[in-house]
Amino acid sequence: MPITDQEIKDLKEKAMQIRMDIVDTTVAAGGAHIGGAMSMVEIMTILYFKYINVDPSNPQMEDRDRVVVSKGHAGVGVAPVLANKGYFPKEELMSFNQFNSPFGMHLDSMKVKGVDISTGSLGHGLPQSVGLALGARTQGKDWKTYCILGDGECNEGSNWEAAMAASHFKVTNLITFVDRNNLMIDGRTEDVMSLEPFADKWTAFGFIVKEINGHDYKELTEAIDFAHANTTDKPVLILCNTIKGKGIDFMEDDVKWHYGSIDSDLAVQAKASIEKMG
Amino acid sequence: MSEKTGTTWTVYDANTLSQAEIYGQVLCDLGEQHPKIVGLSADLAKSTKIGMFGDKFPDRFFNVGIAEQNLFGMAAGMARSGLTPFVSTMAAFVTMRAAEQVRTDICYQNLDVKIIATHGGTSFGAAGSTHHCTEDLSITRAFPNMTVLVPADGIETANAVKASLDYPGPVYIRIGRGFEPTYYKDEEYGFEIGKAVEINPGTDITIICCGVTVLQAAGAAKILQETDGLSVRVLNMHTIKPIDREAILKAVEETRRIVTFEDHNIHGGLGSAVADVIAESGKGCAFEKVGIPDCFCIVGYPEDLYSHYGLDSNAMIDKVREIMGKDFEEDENWDDEV
Repeated sequence: MPITDQEIKDLKEKAMQIRMDIVDTTVAAGGAHIGGAMSMVEIMTILYFKYINVDPSNPQMEDRDRVVVSKGHAGVGVAPVLANKGYFPKEELMSFNQFNSPFGMHLDSMKVKGVDISTGSLGHGLPQSVGLALGARTQGKDWKTYCILGDGECNEGSNWEAAMAASHFKVTNLITFVDRNNLMIDGRTEDVMSLEPFADKWTAFGFIVKEINGHDYKELTEAIDFAHANTTDKPVLILCNTIKGKGIDFMEDDVKWHYGSIDSDLAVQAKASIEKMG
Repeated sequence: MSEKTGTTWTVYDANTLSQAEIYGQVLCDLGEQHPKIVGLSADLAKSTKIGMFGDKFPDRFFNVGIAEQNLFGMAAGMARSGLTPFVSTMAAFVTMRAAEQVRTDICYQNLDVKIIATHGGTSFGAAGSTHHCTEDLSITRAFPNMTVLVPADGIETANAVKASLDYPGPVYIRIGRGFEPTYYKDEEYGFEIGKAVEINPGTDITIICCGVTVLQAAGAAKILQETDGLSVRVLNMHTIKPIDREAILKAVEETRRIVTFEDHNIHGGLGSAVADVIAESGKGCAFEKVGIPDCFCIVGYPEDLYSHYGLDSNAMIDKVREIMGKDFEEDENWDDEV
């Protein structure tokens, strides 16, 4: 389904709101993985507000599409999306990280409505996504599974075990995104543990790889539509080149904002930057 | 191989089929009745016998290759999709290679994944410590939501596999390599998850055992009765978690001496689970636990290893005599205690 200018405008507005909510949640939480939350906002926004079939009033709807955010530390970038989608009131985000809150920094599928899989420990999302997708196929269901990986987490060998399985079992009802923001806790991915030639690795593991700008709705739309129309027996991976901290000028592409705290003054600066993004 | 397709097992079947073949066949039978059951393994479909399910239901069986992390991750995803996965590989790879997937993907999300862990304890004796697994009960006991079963033989394995299907949440079923002799004659003895089975009544001392030690304990109790006139209670504690507190406390009260035998490190397994209950009761009780003495085991045939580590009937007889010889004030009055 090609995207219209009006849709892009609407998605941008939604993404701006989500970014503002991520900032507010980070302030309330006392600290969060804000950099990697910001880099995947467009991916999350287009999935939840253009593509996936879910019903916030019935979070366990049997034939809903499943979304697995494997980079579970970016929970602060997931919960505001779910709140904006209507799973729970936005005010609840203010309890993030607090004593006995349903919202820990790594979201718990048993406590947070709309979360299909608990993630946090890296390298767990893709294997479970392959299982979900195979589960749908085994039961003759049409719903799809969308998995969002971080690039740094692709150091974990379990991803490549799952990649082999996705290819071997021809799991084409799974669409995998990699949020390629080039940064991990200890520095640039290529300095800590190089991933390149990253696209070639996925291709070698049997995926069709579409490499795009992960902040561009037209490119995201084309890639997702391509994956939906895929009639080959190979799964599709969308390698999204992104900027960590996207939208907040003093955070962008700066490793120190993998995890950080912002006070209310800094939040004002952050929001001003987000607003300028348009 | 037997042509058996029924769902009830007898000593005849158990003697002609291995423990693992029995669960493979049980799973095939359950698979007929329950279309949501799927099977998974990691290049051990043949060794673990879950391949029998795969042969019968090729569209519901997934061999992921030698990749145990993905094995349990995929099982979790499948459970989340509404299926009931039975996963089988060697105990060492379930509980150590893929421990985090079992804990975080399956137990944390309280998913209906049933794990049949083969080659538990030292049952793969000659393979050495890379393939022994004398830590699994300790590891799985510490995972919230996990139920931990150690069937005594092939017949009890059949019961455990069937019971696990209706038991909510993840279940870990630890079996041996599959060639162990059987204790039970048939399935009709009242197997229930969480309830110990008293296989021999007794008032002088209680042996608490699980897995391969059950048959040995039954033999030891018989000889001790005949030669020493000792009345030895034997509890088959097939469920390590949730442990049957009531049966243990009853044994404390009524026999005042307890000894546990297990093919597992003495730390963290059956003996430790029993010790927790006794210690919390505040009741004095002569207590010993026998198992693998916190070491990496020597290699050898399993029967020789059981003998070496004090887990066969002869060693049990010696241990019971030793405990009975200890000075122990068994007539102490507990009425005024906390």
